Amino acid sequence: MLRDITIGQYFPGDSIIHRLDPRFKIVITLLYIIMLFSGSSYICLAVGAVFTFGAILLSHIPLKMFFKSVKPLIIFLVITAFLNLFLMSTGDVLWEWKFLKITDKGLETSIFMVVRIVLLVMGSSLLTYTTSPITLTDAIERLLSPLKKIKFPVHELAMMMSIALRFIPTLIEETDKIMSAQKARGAEIDTGSFTKRAKNLISILVPLFISAFRRADELATAMECRCYHGGEGRTRLRQLKSAPRDYIALAVTIFFLALVIVLDRIF
Amino acid sequence: MAILETQELTYTYSVGTPFEKTAVDHVSLKIEEGEMVGVMGHTGSGKSTLIQHFNGLLRPTSGKVLLDGKDIWEEKEKIRDVRFKVGLVFQYPEYQIFEETVYKDIAFGPKNMGLDDAEIKRRVYETAHDIGLSEELLERSPFELSGGQKRRVAIAGVMAMEPRVLILDEPTAGLDPAGRDKILSHIKSYHERTKNTILIVSHSMEDIAAFADKILVMSKAKLFCYDETVKVFARADEIAQIGLDVPQITKVFGELRRRGLDFGKEVYTVGYARDLLLKQLKERGASRC
Repeated sequence: MLRDITIGQYFPGDSIIHRLDPRFKIVITLLYIIMLFSGSSYICLAVGAVFTFGAILLSHIPLKMFFKSVKPLIIFLVITAFLNLFLMSTGDVLWEWKFLKITDKGLETSIFMVVRIVLLVMGSSLLTYTTSPITLTDAIERLLSPLKKIKFPVHELAMMMSIALRFIPTLIEETDKIMSAQKARGAEIDTGSFTKRAKNLISILVPLFISAFRRADELATAMECRCYHGGEGRTRLRQLKSAPRDYIALAVTIFFLALVIVLDRIF
Repeated sequence: MAILETQELTYTYSVGTPFEKTAVDHVSLKIEEGEMVGVMGHTGSGKSTLIQHFNGLLRPTSGKVLLDGKDIWEEKEKIRDVRFKVGLVFQYPEYQIFEETVYKDIAFGPKNMGLDDAEIKRRVYETAHDIGLSEELLERSPFELSGGQKRRVAIAGVMAMEPRVLILDEPTAGLDPAGRDKILSHIKSYHERTKNTILIVSHSMEDIAAFADKILVMSKAKLFCYDETVKVFARADEIAQIGLDVPQITKVFGELRRRGLDFGKEVYTVGYARDLLLKQLKERGASRC
């Protein structure tokens, strides 16, 4: 059950997308989001879709994984679709029942919004699928480093992020283990009445918190043993270096963005 | 009839993702009532996955698990009853402890079974005695106890459900030798008293040789062999090939035989080796006189 969570999951690989400089990837993702939201016609969305699927194809990650990333958002998508479908009152009426009515404009907008969100999620999943959490936080640290000038604790923030990201899978695994152990003692966790389940949650949360605190303590000791003292003067194992391909990828993205903006003006 | 049986049991993790992996591959075996079985296998050989099928925590991708000849997944709603009949103690079970007192934590399983207070009390006291926890510990917080004591509390928590099959996944991992011997001897006396079936996963060949009637060996998701202890350790070369080992004393006696001192018997435990040597010395001493 918990294993199905894919947010932030990294799929190791050696595709062109994997090898792009993570700093560029973050910037490209931001541009991509702007691209999706700056067009308001189908043709703009189509350009966005071409860009998304092109990038997915290049990443060599099965398309199935991207649909999986959309799965948790289905309820959200359905609500979005319904709200747009019923609340849009302009356009020709297609169907009417009491106070509910569907217009062609409403139908169009709801399809448009759903496709846009799906593309948004799939495109941003590509970033986390092809970039390991550690390099991602490295890149964020570098991108935010100008903020150091105004005494913003960039390094500490990045360290907190990488620790949090690092421990998500560990904690999921731990939760899974504790759940199994309590189930083996007859605790009703995915069956039984709501009150019983809520009660049994204690048998999972207490060990989970204890182990999280223990891990935090151990980690702090381990960091101190290695003389960790913050970001000042710290060198890196992996230096981020930009290559021509990064600039090409950026140029392609900017081209697509420009295309969307131009097309939006025309149509 | 076998108490536990698997038929062509197969389990695949993360089906349909790049992480797809078959952890248990067409395993068929029968475990008879009252046996003490040692489970061996390299890390990642599928033994932990296999034992989680015995109490229905994992559902086979294909194949069956039979308890008393009945498919445990036949009635899905009754899978909890299977967990009371087949008790599973995980690795490092002390991390599952959560109650305020030792008594309450041991009582968690029996309480989930819906037993009355008198029966729960009887079981808690009995298992605490079985596993060597003194009565004054029962009212203490489990978090104040030593590592070995915590481990025993967690094992007692499963034992108190009085399962007909008790499975322990590396019950002695990470303990000092004294703690290890204590747990093993308590498990052994529990076995002698209740005559229940016990499966113990262990990496220590010495431990397995000392208590197991039979050994189940997993290798690369497949059942490598399941046979009597003597017969399994007799295949020392094959065992070594899959990255496992026979007890050190067996190696010593194998080497002695290679150098011309054959006792004509396989030796698996230090105690047995001592008796054999003493007997031999006595005979020689007698013949010399």
